[in-house]
Amino acid sequence: MSALTTHPTAEPTGVRALAKRLSLHLDTLPTAAAVVIFIGMIVYGEAAYGRIVQFNTLSNLLINNAHLVILTVGLTFVILTGGIDLSVGAVIAFSSVAGVMLMNAGWNPWLAMLLMVLIGTAFGAASGVLVQYFHVQPFIATLAMMFLGRGLASILSTVPERLADDSPLRSLGTQIEIYDGPKVDDIVITPGVIIAAIVVAAAFFVLHRTRTGRTVYAIGGSEQSAALMGLPVAATKMWVYIISGTLSGLAAVVYTARLGSAQNITGIGWELDAIAATVIGGTLLTGGAGFVLGSVVGALVLGLMNVLITRDGGIPPEATTIITGGILLVFVLLQRAVLARRRE
Amino acid sequence: MTAPRPVVEMSGITVEFSGVRVLDGVDLTLYPGEVHALMGENGAGKSTLIGALTGTVPILSGEVRIEGEERMPAGVARSRAEGIATVFQETHLSPHLTVAENVMIGNEARGPFGIDWKANRARAAEVLARLGLDDLDPRSPLSALSPAVKQLVAVARALVVEPRVLVLDEPTSSLDAGEVNTLLRVVRGLRDRGVAILFVSHFIEQVFDVADRMTVLRGGRVVGECLAADLDRADLISKMIGEDIDALKALRSERLAHHYSASGEPTLRASALGRRGTLDPTDIELSRGEVVGFAGLNGSGRTELARLMGGAERADSGEIWMDGARVQLRSPGAALRCRVALSTEHLREEGIIRGLTARENIVLALQAMRGWSRPLSRGEQDALIETYFEALHIAPDDIDRPVEELSGGTQQKILLARLLATRPHVLILDEPTRGIDIGAKLDIQRRVARLAGEGVAVVFISSQLEEVVRLSDRIVVLKDREKIGELSNGPGVTVDTIVEMIAADLDGDPEELFGHDCDTGLASPKLFPVT
Repeated sequence: MSALTTHPTAEPTGVRALAKRLSLHLDTLPTAAAVVIFIGMIVYGEAAYGRIVQFNTLSNLLINNAHLVILTVGLTFVILTGGIDLSVGAVIAFSSVAGVMLMNAGWNPWLAMLLMVLIGTAFGAASGVLVQYFHVQPFIATLAMMFLGRGLASILSTVPERLADDSPLRSLGTQIEIYDGPKVDDIVITPGVIIAAIVVAAAFFVLHRTRTGRTVYAIGGSEQSAALMGLPVAATKMWVYIISGTLSGLAAVVYTARLGSAQNITGIGWELDAIAATVIGGTLLTGGAGFVLGSVVGALVLGLMNVLITRDGGIPPEATTIITGGILLVFVLLQRAVLARRRE
Repeated sequence: MTAPRPVVEMSGITVEFSGVRVLDGVDLTLYPGEVHALMGENGAGKSTLIGALTGTVPILSGEVRIEGEERMPAGVARSRAEGIATVFQETHLSPHLTVAENVMIGNEARGPFGIDWKANRARAAEVLARLGLDDLDPRSPLSALSPAVKQLVAVARALVVEPRVLVLDEPTSSLDAGEVNTLLRVVRGLRDRGVAILFVSHFIEQVFDVADRMTVLRGGRVVGECLAADLDRADLISKMIGEDIDALKALRSERLAHHYSASGEPTLRASALGRRGTLDPTDIELSRGEVVGFAGLNGSGRTELARLMGGAERADSGEIWMDGARVQLRSPGAALRCRVALSTEHLREEGIIRGLTARENIVLALQAMRGWSRPLSRGEQDALIETYFEALHIAPDDIDRPVEELSGGTQQKILLARLLATRPHVLILDEPTRGIDIGAKLDIQRRVARLAGEGVAVVFISSQLEEVVRLSDRIVVLKDREKIGELSNGPGVTVDTIVEMIAADLDGDPEELFGHDCDTGLASPKLFPVT
């Protein structure tokens, strides 16, 4: 307050300054809204059901959604360029079934894990080549990859493939207690959560601190302009699909480690969850604007929603998708409003 | 001065797009410390030549030498690395990124922790300051800027690499007078520091202001290269448009000779036709065999009036009578059934269907009028197409090619053919000659004159006032969404008459109006007095 009176010509402070910043950086508005909604959901959950703002609830939120966070990061890259990757769920199915079967067949588990990731890379590279060099629509190219992945997984096995109890892969799902709270209220993480955190940090660095990352944004703004600016459009578009594929492979490792088994029907619809999380997190589906950290919040919003629905008990689980759809719709409408404001 | 060594020598450059030769043995030489203007009408090949220099357009034959060394241009990035920076129009920036990023992207300063944003902003601010944009916050998003500032940001982007050769493609079309001066000052500064500059602009005064040397292109060939001091404006213009100017003069006198005065019941009469926020209620009459020109600035209501008359937009006030009978034009389809055909100014978005062939495009409207149960037979189609291909000088090879592969002029002719096939009594042409080559313009204008002779009432809209004056029997002048008057065309009426009429209606200083609205197309004194 005193600052205001002593420096009348200073920058506007408080709410006004925030409003001014927001009006200049409308791109951040949907992401800010996602954060607000996430906090709102936590507050509502705590008030209505209790035991939400607790170490073990929040730890479990991270543990159970680590794979979704990883997927969402990959999708964020693709969507920022204005593309889409529908193959990620199927890639998880194929990669995890193949990995578990190889381990059970006596392969070196670490080698098998590497292969799981590389399967994702191969799928991503194939999508990228189709999109960039054969000019196939990203939707169709990755849809083809989705059918391919799901089909390959079904050829390998149609029953759950259990991971051996002593498999080192399970160690990635081990719960590590960091802080021992009262009763069971502990801070717990798994190596999977750590992997997800590293992926998020690396993605943030790449997107905001490297030329490749900035080119991703420029392509999403306008591919033709990016080309006229002399940016490496072709290589960057290849990269985003490779990144998305590789991260699906990594998500397969993290998910299989937590669950201890793999099946050909794993991951059905996860690509849509990841797209929803990305959009809720403030990334424009048309590309060019968005934040990877927003996507993480988006993934956690979806995860938290499942927790709240379970806690409520009164909402039938079947209604989950309706609520997800509703939230998604609200965010898309918000983005349209933002775009309309910008055009003025 | 002894002849300095050229930085860029392009010789015998030939470029073809799907079999059409757009550049034919073009030579271009750029010297350090010289501003070289590249002149020519739309479609003369200026942009293609720039593309050939930067490597975005594949060269069929010819060679490019940079400082005496032969090399094939290989894309914008490589050219930039070799010191050839191109300023594209402001629309080729990235709207979501900040100013600093748009200036620096591809050349970002990098430190151990990736891109060093602080250093980038500082560098961007430094270059922007050279363009007189010291108070522009490099952190503001590009989408928040006016087109003029965006264009200067595009220039800043090119200056970041300290180029030896700077290519400016229509850099001033969105700038106001003050900004143009700033830009030209920067251009002269760069020239004095030994940069070779290739300057493309439609504004003839700016070109004479800044250029040392000129190359004039017409129809993909060089028709002249000389020092700017040795050329006067009239020479330049006649070089650019060639012999066609005589044909245009002939058309004008022909129109004047057949001057038509309306009599009897008007074909179309509208009273108090308007739409809130779009056009104030307007009365207008069109008679058989009359060409009525709509003249006014962009946004004056000329397009809006045309759209209300053609059913493309629904009026919320007023009435329309056709040959004395009250009609409701609720949609373009309804208008067509009343024999009112509208050719939109947005050819590609609202006019032709790009994926269909020329034949399919032409047949479309007539078929829709007849209904799908009575398809036009192949024979009828052929007869129709033959008629209009001949009448409009469309190459017969183009019949079954997708329209998107054809030139803008041919696309416009195909749209016209489609409308003519419905045998309209009222034909409304909104900017039918924008962005097409002079030959096609002439074909279309001749056709308009003929149609009027056949008894069609034609509305002709163009931001090139010369065209309006040349073709019209009567000129309706609009300003600020209302009709401010009508002129009966005659020998005494010129572009200036209309300009004065619009200016007189203005409270402010007319000079200011035309000085600032460069992109309205009405700034005739500055534009080429062509077509």
